[in-house]
Amino acid sequence: MSFPWAEQYAPKHPFMRYMDEKLPLPRLVYNAIGAGYPVPRNLNYFWNFGVLAGAALAIQLITGIVLAMHYAANGAVAFDSVEHIMRDVNSGWMLRYAHANGASMFFIVVYLHIFRGLYYGSYKAPREMVWLLGLVIFLLMMATAFMGYVLPWGQMSFWGAKVITGLFGAIPLVGEPIQTWLLGGFAPDNAALNRFFSLHYLLPFVILGVVILHIWALHIPGSSNPTGVDVKGPQDTVPFHPYYTAKDGFGLGVFLIIFAALLFFAPNLLGHPDNYIPANPLSTPAHIVPEWYFWPFYAILRAFTVDFILPAKLWGVVAMFASILLLFFLPWLDKSPVRSGSYRPTFRKFFWLLMIDVAILGYCGGAPAEEPFVMISQIAAAYYFAHFLIIIPIISRIERPLPLPNSITEAVLSKSGKTTGEAALAPAE
Amino acid sequence: MVRPIGFLVGLGFVGVLLWSLLWGAVAYVKEPPVPTAEHEFHEHPKKVDFSFNGPLGKFDRGQLQRGFQVYKEVCAACHSLRLVTFRDLQGIGYTEGQTKTLASEWAVETPTINEETGEPATRKSIPADRIPAPFANEIAARAGNAGALPPDLSLIAKARHDGSNYVYSLLTGYQNQPAELLKQFPDSKTGAGLHYNPYFANLNLAMAPPLTSEGQVSYSDGTKPTVDQMSKDVAAFLTWTAEPKLENRHSTGLAVLAFLLIFTVLTYMAYQNIWRDKKH
Repeated sequence: MSFPWAEQYAPKHPFMRYMDEKLPLPRLVYNAIGAGYPVPRNLNYFWNFGVLAGAALAIQLITGIVLAMHYAANGAVAFDSVEHIMRDVNSGWMLRYAHANGASMFFIVVYLHIFRGLYYGSYKAPREMVWLLGLVIFLLMMATAFMGYVLPWGQMSFWGAKVITGLFGAIPLVGEPIQTWLLGGFAPDNAALNRFFSLHYLLPFVILGVVILHIWALHIPGSSNPTGVDVKGPQDTVPFHPYYTAKDGFGLGVFLIIFAALLFFAPNLLGHPDNYIPANPLSTPAHIVPEWYFWPFYAILRAFTVDFILPAKLWGVVAMFASILLLFFLPWLDKSPVRSGSYRPTFRKFFWLLMIDVAILGYCGGAPAEEPFVMISQIAAAYYFAHFLIIIPIISRIERPLPLPNSITEAVLSKSGKTTGEAALAPAE
Repeated sequence: MVRPIGFLVGLGFVGVLLWSLLWGAVAYVKEPPVPTAEHEFHEHPKKVDFSFNGPLGKFDRGQLQRGFQVYKEVCAACHSLRLVTFRDLQGIGYTEGQTKTLASEWAVETPTINEETGEPATRKSIPADRIPAPFANEIAARAGNAGALPPDLSLIAKARHDGSNYVYSLLTGYQNQPAELLKQFPDSKTGAGLHYNPYFANLNLAMAPPLTSEGQVSYSDGTKPTVDQMSKDVAAFLTWTAEPKLENRHSTGLAVLAFLLIFTVLTYMAYQNIWRDKKH
């Protein structure tokens, strides 16, 4: 579906007409990310991050495929094959640093993309399916990133794999058989490394597939916008191309500058030094920590320290998975008809509190498991669950939202302070 | 249905977390965490002004060669450098001929097999060989070092937090155990065969101070071989072994950033141009 005023694909060249008849791929692209997709005219820079996440995925796929040509997934040689890439493969150091830091950049833009969705209520009807598919992508990304971190077979790779697969060991009765089955042994070894490599190569293509579904689902209602008000007519939208391709091009430039600064001048900033020590099952690192993008969830996992009916470890595992799974129910937990946080004064206060809360959880997740970090993460984790499961449903019931603008165009014009001379009704240039 | 169930689940998690918090707080008050000697006396590495620091940093070839000399004459007695080949030493300014000489004259020969009998044997190294390890295997290394394993140094500058500074600080950080430490933690006395060093994670390491006197290595370029200088030089050399492509990375990075800045300015102008008549 699209808006009736969307520009129509009309190939002029005979070859393109022939193509359109036999395989309308250019038409598909035109309608998906070309002039045939009308987009609200008032999107701010937070709407850049979807395209940037796509760019990050492409960078990971390209660098990853080339790295796989030089990497060997065998416990005896994996570590050295990575060093071979760093030392002997032409520009191998750049490929590997791009892939390792590319994962961090991917998570940064995806977190900002989720932030946008949470603040502007992009998860609400009619875009629930877009939100759900996005969460599936997020889960797949986490699995892919975790398995990718195991591949260099350094100390953190090994012990991270041991701790994370150990989580399944917390499941009553069947936990240990499941853990052994997942690893192909009693501890991470060749069988685990090989299957992780296989899945690490497979899952990005699954992600790519779900990304296509995510965009497909988005194109049915069309993009949301900062006011959260529905598109009412042609004056509210602009064609995706050239308006947003130009804006996304600029966003891409800024993204790449930050990425390049990290890659070329601080490539190990976000990594852990212990992963430059080859995996050693007999020597446990002082602090086992995952990559930074897992820290908030790791803090939730470790916040449960006391047995209460169930063992503390099981509580931690259930809560960690629940902290992500509850996001799948968000469209039905938040019943407020107003989408954008800009018009929801009470929601907005708690929203920023949640952002601070997640930052605190992240800090505690990266810190050693000792006081005061454990107590702080208990309070922060309690707020996290309370925010989504208790506070949001109550707010959506009692809040009095601010008056909404009648239309996107009205919001745009009142912001620019002029009420006349607008080119909105003029023919599109 | 979602909201009542969510409400109960939320109460459940919050309840268990606060219960954990309560017990944690009680335990904290009853038995406050005991400070450890490592926690109180461990020090972060001293900052050294290396030539390769910063985005424009480059290695000082003279310093790398001096550092290699320190490695060769001191460290190599116990520590391997298994990821570095003799050929790689061209990267620190040796000629092909010099790497040939270095390889063939190395104190330890490269393991091989006797071509006729198949018995284990050794031969002189060639530039394509990796620098031979001083010990044949881990057991031999431990046996030769009173049970301690000297780690491979190829990646040490990246395998420790703030690695280049760490190597320098560790080498210059040996000292007598502070009296205050012994007063506070009488059980933490440095054990027999160990050496106190506040830059080492658990404060006591098996390695005896390797660089102890000025002139331990005689430099041919006129640099005064003080302990401080030798430590700096070997720290620089080990940074090179860990990150041999550092200069390449810096120069590529500058070119990439210059390109991206122009690209971004152009895309910004295109963006402004396209949107010039559209309020948004």
